[in-house]
Amino acid sequence: MELVVASAIGVLTAGGVYLVLRLRAFPVILGLSLLSYAVNVFIFASGQLAVNLPPILDKYGDASYTDPLPQALVLTAIVISFGMTAVLVMIAIGAFLDSGTDKVNISREDRDVEDPVK
Amino acid sequence: MNHWIIAPIILPALLAPILGYVMRHDVTIARIGSIAGSVAMVAIAAGLFVTAAGGDISVYRLGDWPAPFGIVLVLDRLSALMVLLTSVLALIVLIHAVATNWDAKGVHFHALFQFQLMGIAGAFLTGDVFNLFVFFEVLLIASYGLMIHSGGRARMRAGLQYVVMNLAGSTLFLFALGTLYASTGTLNIADLAVRLQEIPVEEAGLVRVAAMLLMIVFAVKAALFPVQFWLPGAYSNAPAPVAALFAIMTKVGAYAILRIHNVVFGPDIEATGDMAGLWLFAAAIVTVAIGAMGVLGARRLMPLIAFSVLGSMGTLMLAIAAFTPGATTAALYYLVHSTFAAAALFLIADLVITRRPGDTLTTLPATVQNGLFAALFFGAAIGMAGMPPLSGFLGKLFVLENLRAPGQMAWAWSAILIGSLVTIVGFARAGSALFWKSTAFVLPENTITESEEDEEVPITHEPARAWEVAPTMAAIGALAALSIFAGPAARYLEATSDQIIDRTGYVAAVLSNPDGLKPYPKSHGDEEAGYGEDAAKAEGHTTEEAH
Repeated sequence: MELVVASAIGVLTAGGVYLVLRLRAFPVILGLSLLSYAVNVFIFASGQLAVNLPPILDKYGDASYTDPLPQALVLTAIVISFGMTAVLVMIAIGAFLDSGTDKVNISREDRDVEDPVK
Repeated sequence: MNHWIIAPIILPALLAPILGYVMRHDVTIARIGSIAGSVAMVAIAAGLFVTAAGGDISVYRLGDWPAPFGIVLVLDRLSALMVLLTSVLALIVLIHAVATNWDAKGVHFHALFQFQLMGIAGAFLTGDVFNLFVFFEVLLIASYGLMIHSGGRARMRAGLQYVVMNLAGSTLFLFALGTLYASTGTLNIADLAVRLQEIPVEEAGLVRVAAMLLMIVFAVKAALFPVQFWLPGAYSNAPAPVAALFAIMTKVGAYAILRIHNVVFGPDIEATGDMAGLWLFAAAIVTVAIGAMGVLGARRLMPLIAFSVLGSMGTLMLAIAAFTPGATTAALYYLVHSTFAAAALFLIADLVITRRPGDTLTTLPATVQNGLFAALFFGAAIGMAGMPPLSGFLGKLFVLENLRAPGQMAWAWSAILIGSLVTIVGFARAGSALFWKSTAFVLPENTITESEEDEEVPITHEPARAWEVAPTMAAIGALAALSIFAGPAARYLEATSDQIIDRTGYVAAVLSNPDGLKPYPKSHGDEEAGYGEDAAKAEGHTTEEAH
């Protein structure tokens, strides 16, 4: 169980970082999504992995339960990363339509074109 | 419980949707609403400032849940000072944006502006690290909208970079919080401070990772080397009033380091030691150097100012990295100063560059009111560079005075002094190209002013009205006031830094429950013993105490 979760986080993070470093809008968006999936699983695991346990106390005292706080944190993180990805997509589309390129980095040639007085 | 503590968050949070949905069709009504909201915010912040000045730490428990279980807002001298600084800066910037018509060049400026204030005020007031993350996201998502306000090719591309950079930073923040929760089982700042003191050095590996990850995240916000590269692009391409408001955004990172790395991972905590201070110090030295070189090398006005902001963040971080009461006092003084200095520079730059084709530092015929703009630029620039009589000089002197430890002094003094000299040269060069040489400059006969057609923003040749100049003057006036009242300000900030470093006072105020709620964790007693073994891991320390 630990191995599966740990390697899943590792693979997602590695893939995410690789895609972000591609520096083109679409791979960067996918990469950041992968990174946010990785971090969601990571936070979920930070409350210790427990299988088939409820996140609430059944009868106060004698029941085992899984830590509910990471689940609340993950929920918040999912909502935020979802919203942020939507904003990123819109800004990426705007940048692409305005400049005709989906490169995230701004090279010297681009800058010289954008410099009106030069 | 003092309900006013949550007002700086609630007020903009309620105002922003009203501005966005109800008032968006009429720019005049939106302006009245937004300015009225900002004035009210200044009043509330001033009230909170007076409340906190007495030295009491007030805690606001959301939903009345006791501290480590619910989220708390904490009002102490530091957070009151930061909220007041934010609200005053916001009012100055907002008046500038309205007077220069920036707010009408795109949609939803005022709504985004208020959401931005909500996020910043929340980040300063919260007493919970996960809630800090949430408020960071609120202020970031509003800043994305403000950053690309009024659009344009260069701005959209710089905006995309800014968003990508900050989303990566947010992911790192979550990793840091996950690590911290896994190793301590809490996310409340005061509770974290208690837990960290109990962690023995040999088991501190995970906590040290969390401390450094958090520091990197805050360094991204504070634009510290090696994660400073987003700042020049973002600030120089943002609309100038927005860049002026962003002067407080880098300070959010500085504030978070001040708070978290004093209260939770303070240098006296065995588990983390002086690790944070050493790394911060080295990073800050390089940041000062990059800022100074950038000011000297910039070919355009907006990047020049952005690099000077970078240099000032380096100086600020040098003082914070010392983690001593004196240096923290100096850091707070310099923080207030550099916020207004950066804002003044961006605001005057806006007045100048809307009257010239582009913001390149080439000599062109003088604009209208060249003398007035030159004087304002001169005032703001000597403030930023650290020349007397404005507060930059006192601030830097104050920082130098408190960085006298052996091994620290040689590096810090040479970085700050050489950096200041280079910055002065850079500003002098920019000022003479923009204002001085232009008075004697006549455009050669056959020059084609093609640039004017390319410009997305039309150039005005009208003299600036009093309302357009007033915000810049107010920001420079704040620098002068900070210089004149340096004594009382330093005394107040000294009390503030004592309060930041006094961990027990903070913990006692947050974790005590004067309203008769169940205190934590002692009285849980036998109930605590019933915790399931698996689930008790995260609560490890609590259970141990209970047994």
